[in-house]
Amino acid sequence: MSQPSISKSMTIGESGLAVVFAATAFLCVIAAAKALDAPFAFHAALGALASIAAMFFVINNYYDRPAALPPAEINGRPNYNMGPIKFSSFMAMFWGIAGFLVGLIIASQLAWPALNFDLPWIQFGRLRPLHTSAVIFAFGGNVLLATSFYVVQKTCHVRLAGYLAPWFVVVGYNFFIVIAGTGYLLGVTQGKEYAEPEWYSDLWLTIVWVTYLLVFLVTIIKRKEPHIFVANWFYLAFIVTIAVLHLGNNPALPVSFFGSKSYIAWGGIQDAMFQWWYGHNAVGFFLTAGFLAIMYYFIPKRAERPIYSYRLSIIHFWALIFLYIWAGPHHLHYTALPDWTQTLGMTFSIMLWMPSWGGMINGLMTLSGAWDKLRTDPVLRMLVVSVAFYGMSTFEGPMMSIKVVNSLSHYTDWTIGHVHSGALGWVGFVSFGALYCLVPWAWNRKGLYSLKLVNWHFWIATLGIVLYISAMWVSGILQGLMWRAYTSLGFLEYSFIETVEAMHPFYIIRAAGGALFLIGSLIMAYNLWMTVRVGEQEVQMPVALQPAE
Amino acid sequence: MKAILQLDNLASSLVTTIWTPVFIAIFLAIIAYAFWPRNKAAFDEAASLPLREE
Repeated sequence: MSQPSISKSMTIGESGLAVVFAATAFLCVIAAAKALDAPFAFHAALGALASIAAMFFVINNYYDRPAALPPAEINGRPNYNMGPIKFSSFMAMFWGIAGFLVGLIIASQLAWPALNFDLPWIQFGRLRPLHTSAVIFAFGGNVLLATSFYVVQKTCHVRLAGYLAPWFVVVGYNFFIVIAGTGYLLGVTQGKEYAEPEWYSDLWLTIVWVTYLLVFLVTIIKRKEPHIFVANWFYLAFIVTIAVLHLGNNPALPVSFFGSKSYIAWGGIQDAMFQWWYGHNAVGFFLTAGFLAIMYYFIPKRAERPIYSYRLSIIHFWALIFLYIWAGPHHLHYTALPDWTQTLGMTFSIMLWMPSWGGMINGLMTLSGAWDKLRTDPVLRMLVVSVAFYGMSTFEGPMMSIKVVNSLSHYTDWTIGHVHSGALGWVGFVSFGALYCLVPWAWNRKGLYSLKLVNWHFWIATLGIVLYISAMWVSGILQGLMWRAYTSLGFLEYSFIETVEAMHPFYIIRAAGGALFLIGSLIMAYNLWMTVRVGEQEVQMPVALQPAE
Repeated sequence: MKAILQLDNLASSLVTTIWTPVFIAIFLAIIAYAFWPRNKAAFDEAASLPLREE
């Protein structure tokens, strides 16, 4: 197989990466040996093992591969790189199921507290960030990696930049997830919501993320299509902004280079403001801009219709960019944050109604002339319903940011309900729809194994979402009203534990909704697995029959 | 420290006095670009970019 070639030599990337991984392994071994706490020793050992494995893979791959790297084009057509996309799609499904399952466990713990079994590792406080990170960063992140690498190639008509770099991004990102997730279970956390990973995981993520940005940018620079498609703008905004947010919110100084604990540079209300500037823009640029990119590519593609208004998509994009970054203070209403800052955050949140609904209308109206497909194509239905949920939760969000509304809703389950109508309905469904499209395309299959199963997934998951969000609305508003109820003598009418007791039935309904959502994702995993295993190969058209371009 | 505070004051006065109109002007320019009649054909073509791939 491996014939002695004329001039086979390691690329700079291959030799450089092999050396870097060797050095990293060495450093990790030292860190593990000198570690001050057990979780840090565990993570350093994982780092050492992973570095050695990566080094072995790079060298082994060099000996196995032909002398020439994969060509950028074959017969004048781009030779798209599907490997990293397949990997990320698989990991998305894996982490999705894990994240939904942990969500179901903590929902059940809230309904039946005995389920924490008095074990520190599975306390609500540790599992909750595991759930949020698993669904947002592990599931959502892998969906974004897979779709962004697919969309940028397909709309630039060029092969993904880099040979090992895309693999470094997808594998490195998932290694970050493993370090972050195991850290939560072992009690390693910065205590900043959605930014829980400690300093060493943050440094690793920075390296991976900058590589991601470079791969994406260089692919765009090499493009054969003169116009940069709007989805790529959204992906680029997502990548760049997440980098800025990550650096802004995590300037932490470790207590020791051999321990997991660190302290953040910001103090007091500045830290709170940085945290929610980060936190809300994680919603705005990770959970919105990235997934809007999916909407702008996958809905036109699946519906076989052009985008309803490309002009609106440009305004949608820039309005989001200009407005979102200011909305963070609405997480800090009635706190030590200056009043004017709270009002500023509220005002920008309300202004966000316009671009959000402009985007929703653009996504929905893309179906004009193809509405009948909603009846026959459950994948398209999933994508379109996700856009409807986007509209609903981006209506609810600005409303909740209004200070008087927030005085009722803040710290109650209403917030949890709002987040999940966005997370399950918008991010979840648009991701499911995208994966249902992407898996057959990336694995070169004619179609999905079963559209009937997609239909089952759609209805079971939709029922789950409805149970979840309606239970949380009722529970949240009830909770807020009970907290502020006074007796005629001016005393608080209810003790805190009475409000907790009142939540119990809704917590059970919420757990049932979560269980349905999880069942739906298991159906999906089976369907995708069968699509890859037994799906019929798409027959490639012979080059001679290609339509002229 | 004093220098940092001065820089901070300078930065905040720049943000409030210059960048607000600058951002609004940029945004208005983007709207003009999006609705410029001559750009319509190019945008209509770009709207179906996902459908034109090999």
